[in-house]
Amino acid sequence: MEALRPLDDAADRVIGVGADDEPAYGAVPSSTGPGPEGRGAHRPGRKRKRGIAFWLAVGWLVVVAVCAVAADWLPLPDPNRPDVLDRLEGFSAEHPLGADPLGRDQLSRIVHGARVSLVVSVSAVSIGLVVGGTIGTAVGYLRGRTERVVMAVVDVIAAFPALILLLAVLAFVGRSLTIISLLIGALSVPIYTRVARANTLSIAQREFVHAAHTLGAKRSRILFREILPNVVPPVAAFALVAMGLVIVVEGSLALLGLSVPPPDPTWGGMIANGKPHLEEAVHVALVPSAAMFLTVLSLNFVGDTLRRSLDVRDSNL
Amino acid sequence: MRLVLRRLPAILATLLIVSFLTFLLTSLLPGDPAVQILGPEAANDAESLAAVREDLRLDDPLLSRYGAWLSDVATGDLGRSYRTGQEVTEAISERLPVTLEVGALAVGIALALAIPLGTLSAFRAGSRLDRAVTGTSFGLLALPSFMVAILLIYVFAVTLGWLPATGWTRLTADPLDNLRHAILPALALAAGEMAVYTRLLRADMITTLQQDSITMARAKGIPTSRILFRHALRPSSFSLMTVVGLQVATIIGGAVIVETLFALPGIGRLLVDSIVQRDLVMVQGVALVIAISFVVINFVVDLLYTLLDPRIRHGSPATA
Repeated sequence: MEALRPLDDAADRVIGVGADDEPAYGAVPSSTGPGPEGRGAHRPGRKRKRGIAFWLAVGWLVVVAVCAVAADWLPLPDPNRPDVLDRLEGFSAEHPLGADPLGRDQLSRIVHGARVSLVVSVSAVSIGLVVGGTIGTAVGYLRGRTERVVMAVVDVIAAFPALILLLAVLAFVGRSLTIISLLIGALSVPIYTRVARANTLSIAQREFVHAAHTLGAKRSRILFREILPNVVPPVAAFALVAMGLVIVVEGSLALLGLSVPPPDPTWGGMIANGKPHLEEAVHVALVPSAAMFLTVLSLNFVGDTLRRSLDVRDSNL
Repeated sequence: MRLVLRRLPAILATLLIVSFLTFLLTSLLPGDPAVQILGPEAANDAESLAAVREDLRLDDPLLSRYGAWLSDVATGDLGRSYRTGQEVTEAISERLPVTLEVGALAVGIALALAIPLGTLSAFRAGSRLDRAVTGTSFGLLALPSFMVAILLIYVFAVTLGWLPATGWTRLTADPLDNLRHAILPALALAAGEMAVYTRLLRADMITTLQQDSITMARAKGIPTSRILFRHALRPSSFSLMTVVGLQVATIIGGAVIVETLFALPGIGRLLVDSIVQRDLVMVQGVALVIAISFVVINFVVDLLYTLLDPRIRHGSPATA
């Protein structure tokens, strides 16, 4: 197997040229290209040096994640304690990011609100990644009738406008962090199935897979030891971009008053609170907007950079 | 025509599943659906409770209920709201034009900006203009429509006072005032779309511009603008067209938010209002109509795509 390595690398180098001019996710056709190098060797940082923007984005994501996890232990005021005297206050020593229409501390609410964004995005993406990724990889390798049936079902589910379905179901079954995460996760399974299948299809045609087959490896071994390690990195890069999308969806729900019930802070809910006060205190809406924008931008940027360095095309989507 | 026939079973299956899922929504309700639908106060009245049970055929088995509901839907009867007494179809037809107008305006604005920007940044790939366009559209992708909406309200309605922040005037009542109310919501929806379209067109255009036919056209001395917009645009716009169609879902989803923020009487706000008021018959009807139109639009876009692309139309793999 080791003997194949130079060949793979050479192929990667040839295909890697000009990879920067490709459309975003969900875009339709582009040329077929092989995935990353064989046998689970993923070296995400290979050859290309990452710019400062990449590390700034990673840094911001780390800060958000740490805030979300450690929100209770940080020296911050209670995010739900109102103080009418500080109502709509601007940036001050007491309230570094100002205070909302009830006089609650915006910084503390941003930090605690990050928790909702983190929980929803991580759990929804994990569901989609595990379920959709498994199905996509399996049918992409096994092919045949199973693949046709599964992909037909996926196409049917993907034909729903997800947000509408989400809203309708929330209206009927009620809302909580768990239900919202589960629903978004379930609705995203078809997308991951497509991405994982597309990547599996291109990996399954690579020389090292044929070689393993010729050497008499069992199908399960090929699937888990040859294909899966090469499908996980690009699908994970896609999952980062998808996390940003989930954060936006949760924000939209919160804005409509259909996310986690008040008074617990969410970024979307904070934006909604600030909307009636744009004239006298624009910072109330702008601060949570900026937090969400930076987070989604960072996720898109990191996901996009990783995807490019993994040389994955949207072939066969 | 053959294509229509080949795709028809899949479309019908999708529509059937869509309708079944929407129908199932009422069965998701915990407890007695009739009590949930009427609300706690009205449910104390045994007579109206029995009427609702009768109306929804709650005592029948699930599948026969579905059959009866489906035949009602097929004849255009989506039921009647138990909150307002209004026919669901009437409420939808009142509000649909608003959503359609804003949505069409948004797609129009997005295309009007994306086509020149995508083309030029592909033509000057790597230039300062290209980097500015690519960077801006990447940033816009991370800016959801509700943030754009809030920024637009703040700048154009609150600070400058040029345009109204909320409300709606019917097109037939006062076309100019109608436009004043429609432009900000349309811009809010258009921003993200524009970013997607620009990136896509740029990528396809770069591929097209490397083809021999373009080199040939240049050698013949045809003016650059004519090459770009007459020769290169059409073969580069196929995936753009598909995506414009597919983005209908995003537009509909965005419309729910944007209509709520701008207080527009569109179908998205009807859905949100019905959800908040737990007007479940209305939710069911609106969700069904949106889902069906989404499936149908996708189908039509697919057809248009194949009709417009000679490679697919003639079934030959010749390059454009």
